[in-house]
Amino acid sequence: MHKSFDISLKNISKIEGHTHLDIAVRKGEAISAKLKISENKRFYTNAIKGMPYNGVPLRVARICGTCSPAHLSCSCEAVERAMGIELSEQSKLLREILVMANNIRDHAMHLYFFCLPDIMGKDSVLDFPKKQDYLIHNALHVKEVGNTLCNVIGGRSVHPTFASVGGFTEIPSKEGIKKAISELKEARQFALDFAGTFHEKDLSFKRESNFVALAGKKFSYIDGVIMASSGTAILEEDFRKHLERVVIPYSTSTAFEFDFKDFMVGALARVNMNKPGLNEKTRKDCAEYLKAFPSNDIFHNNLAQAIEIVHCIDRSIEELTSHDFKAEKPVEAKIGKEGIGVGVVEAPRGTLYHMVAVDKNGIVNKSEIIIPTAQNLIHMEKTMVGFVNELLRQGMGKQKISMMAERLIRAYDPCMSCATHFLKIDWREQR
Amino acid sequence: MPKKRLKTGIFSFTCCEGCTVTFIELLNKKFFEYREKMGICSFRVLKSSPKLCKMDLAIIEGAISTESERKKLLKIRKNAKKVMAIGSCAVTGMPSSQRNSFSKELKKQIWPLVKRLHQLDEIKPLHDYVKVDISLNGCPVGINHLEKSIDECLKGGKHAQKF
Ligand code: SF4
Repeated sequence: MHKSFDISLKNISKIEGHTHLDIAVRKGEAISAKLKISENKRFYTNAIKGMPYNGVPLRVARICGTCSPAHLSCSCEAVERAMGIELSEQSKLLREILVMANNIRDHAMHLYFFCLPDIMGKDSVLDFPKKQDYLIHNALHVKEVGNTLCNVIGGRSVHPTFASVGGFTEIPSKEGIKKAISELKEARQFALDFAGTFHEKDLSFKRESNFVALAGKKFSYIDGVIMASSGTAILEEDFRKHLERVVIPYSTSTAFEFDFKDFMVGALARVNMNKPGLNEKTRKDCAEYLKAFPSNDIFHNNLAQAIEIVHCIDRSIEELTSHDFKAEKPVEAKIGKEGIGVGVVEAPRGTLYHMVAVDKNGIVNKSEIIIPTAQNLIHMEKTMVGFVNELLRQGMGKQKISMMAERLIRAYDPCMSCATHFLKIDWREQR
Repeated sequence: MPKKRLKTGIFSFTCCEGCTVTFIELLNKKFFEYREKMGICSFRVLKSSPKLCKMDLAIIEGAISTESERKKLLKIRKNAKKVMAIGSCAVTGMPSSQRNSFSKELKKQIWPLVKRLHQLDEIKPLHDYVKVDISLNGCPVGINHLEKSIDECLKGGKHAQKF
């Protein structure tokens, strides 16, 4: 009965980037789970050292193609704060919509292409039977609307070109906005239906957790106070003080603890911490699904993402219909003072933190980037151990457990391209 | 008789995966067509694919930063009739290869980490190691450019096999 075995999942599919997972079971009990991120580091934080402030955002956005609008916006915010630039209300709103647009397409890709096959009992969305083509059709529709909105506001959906330090270099055209609104309206019902699909999920695993998210007015992804379910509320610029770096020797990434404990960021944390902030229409039409929150069921992260898609659609429609966007140039920086700036943005996978310090010539001399997947890493590993033990108790065998373990990883929606990004040089190794 | 499908593998090396995301965005329009005309045998973000298959076309993003990536690239080349490099990382190395041009001082700082991560001394584009048949530059690859090039490969079914 009390078996010992190892599970080793190589190159987990249907997630962003490259990772392996090792689980050790000894005498019928899971004792460790190690997520071995194998993504290759590209040294962005080193590369921007010595760069003029205004070149930084476009460069660091290349850390991740999946959530580039979030990195771009967060880096702009950090640079603006370091340079003492005050953004116009219009630019703030455009930035908010750009981040929401990215959320729509990124959540849609993750939910419909990575997670839906699990629910349908298929390996891949490419293997769905013809009679389920309508599902794919609906999924593509929602994904595409995120794309359209990114294109209209940012000029491009991967590595947008219009967003820059101080604002936007181009203002969305009237026709573009009209097109986006009509597509958003069309896609809304599909997004709502998918929320229903993820509400009927088949897996559940609850674990007491500390959820951390930026909680702002109207469920803002760029502005607010950082709230932890443990009861802490902190200002954006103080976020770093609560994060403790943990070095993981078997990974190309490091990890973080919040006030010395593991914690979770992302859609689940956001909906848990800020449910009343969701758009009114979303709250009305998702009322049934929202009863699940606050929740400590990790698999509810996917339902939270599905609800966020509806929110991002609803809020974007509302903002686009109620605003006229006027021609406006990005605010110029005044060079001459040194400064440090912190940007905090809720990226699709959770709280993203960028810090830059500039000298009096506007040259970057220090920077730090802390990405959501790194914050979730320890939480993910600990939850995995608990989850596997639960499955062992149910009498599940190795093969089935492996499959379930992959699904738990996918529920977190990790992004390895980002994760490697802040591996710091461990000076002790330098002999 | 059903037409022969273009057996395709899609691979990612050291990069931000933005070019893969661009391909996935292209699927918004082309999913059903590609599903019919392409036999996608390797594409880690969409399916589990434990073994490398013989391919008509290998679409590759990212630059080469480790020995194991280099070996994998050679293996892909051996199994693919045509190799398409997408995005500037695959075509030129940049921006993933930015550390090649770091100052001496900065290089010295990062070197322990480069070694610990088993990275090669330089991060290089695909064509430094293998023959590349089609190069689509851009960061990310232009979505229309990508669409046109894949369409051409699909049209030239026979032509693709000549390589
Ligand atoms: S070329 Fe640009 S978008 Fe494509 S993978 Fe490289 S960094 Fe990302």
